[in-house]
Amino acid sequence: MKLFLRIWFVATLAVLARGLYVALFVVPADADQGNIQRIFYYHLPSAILGLIFPYLNFAASVAYLALRRGNPLAALRADAFALATAEITILFTTIGLATGILWARPVWGIWWTWDARLTSFLLLWLLYVSYMMVRRFSSTGQTHTLAAVLSVFAAIDVPIVFMSIRWWRTQHPSPVFGGGQGSGLDHSMLPAVWWNLAAWAMWGVFLAAARYRLERLHQQQQMDAALAATEATA
Amino acid sequence: MTYLRTVLHHLAKDLRLESRSRDALNGMLFFSLLVVVLFSISFDPTRAVSREITGGILWTAILFSTTTALNQSWTRELRHHSLDAQRLAPAPASALLLGKALANFLLVTILEVVLALIFIVFYNVNVLGNAWLLLLVLPLGTWSLVMNGTFFAALSLRTRSRELMLPLLLFPVSIPALLAMVQATQSILTADSDPTLWIKLLAGYCIVFTLVCLMLFSTVLAAE
Repeated sequence: MKLFLRIWFVATLAVLARGLYVALFVVPADADQGNIQRIFYYHLPSAILGLIFPYLNFAASVAYLALRRGNPLAALRADAFALATAEITILFTTIGLATGILWARPVWGIWWTWDARLTSFLLLWLLYVSYMMVRRFSSTGQTHTLAAVLSVFAAIDVPIVFMSIRWWRTQHPSPVFGGGQGSGLDHSMLPAVWWNLAAWAMWGVFLAAARYRLERLHQQQQMDAALAATEATA
Repeated sequence: MTYLRTVLHHLAKDLRLESRSRDALNGMLFFSLLVVVLFSISFDPTRAVSREITGGILWTAILFSTTTALNQSWTRELRHHSLDAQRLAPAPASALLLGKALANFLLVTILEVVLALIFIVFYNVNVLGNAWLLLLVLPLGTWSLVMNGTFFAALSLRTRSRELMLPLLLFPVSIPALLAMVQATQSILTADSDPTLWIKLLAGYCIVFTLVCLMLFSTVLAAE
């Protein structure tokens, strides 16, 4: 496992370097936006991955709730996975928001606009920050269950958020900026998209795996400590 | 039938407790009055503008003051370990949640009646659209806040800084509901657009989250 993780890490670094090279030097600059558009190659993978990891978190949380009575040890694994994916979700949504804001300022002339996609993405970020808050604030032993329950709420809330924000913004039409990003992408730019998507996905998987391992060790340590305490009193 | 009777028992108990102390209601009423006054001072509502922002101010005032009452409705159960007794009781856990949510719903409804009067006085509000639709929007909006709020108050009861935790959990999850309430109220007050879509969204939100809360409550209550 450890060796595999190291090999994976080296491979990730290689693909990241290749992605950076292709994004900066190989693909042409955008005709209208110039070099600023290159941030898009980092923005898009983060945004996509920020939408994929919540599903993994939800699946792990449901698994935890289902297993916690019958198979507590497997449930702990599910919980460690839920924690890892939640943290990666926050990481990628933060990068997605930050790169979006950096790009919007020179291109749109404003840092932020309350349009449908931006608003719902921000709300996704808020939901997962509150998930991490629960994990931080709850006393040990209850954390897993409370966090899993909240993850279910977040998963149900996200589609409602997407729909409601879309209705909200279409009822009050706001100026349309720039037009669709992905729709107008030239074929010559696609290599940078694919390389960076692969690179950041590998990076996300690496971080999640490392975080999962760390949390498993933490759980192991807690169990050993609890066992030692029981033996001492017995 | 037994389930319904248990729910009514919980409801009656909570209302009796509240009628004896009136802590939650008094606190909530005064707090909401303060919020409205603060908003009025910050935004200086003239007659034309007030109609466009009233919906937002009304619901934020309700949301903020509801959180003050929700925390109290559970801390009450901590005294004399009555929550532990509830956990041991053979009655279904969701009946406890439903009874409490209904009690909170009635309290917040009282708050809304008072707030409506305050708004008519302070903001010179008169309704341009179908006023009777407000009788649909207000209960639905209140229920969506109170149901989730009661659930999350129980959840944050198990955390370290529980008073702080409730808004941190309730607000993000409630954003679509809040959006729907504000938009529906706004379009009823101004008669600019049709509120039907938002009322439907609100009703859907209430149904979905009521079911989820009732299903998951025993998990939260028993979390160890």
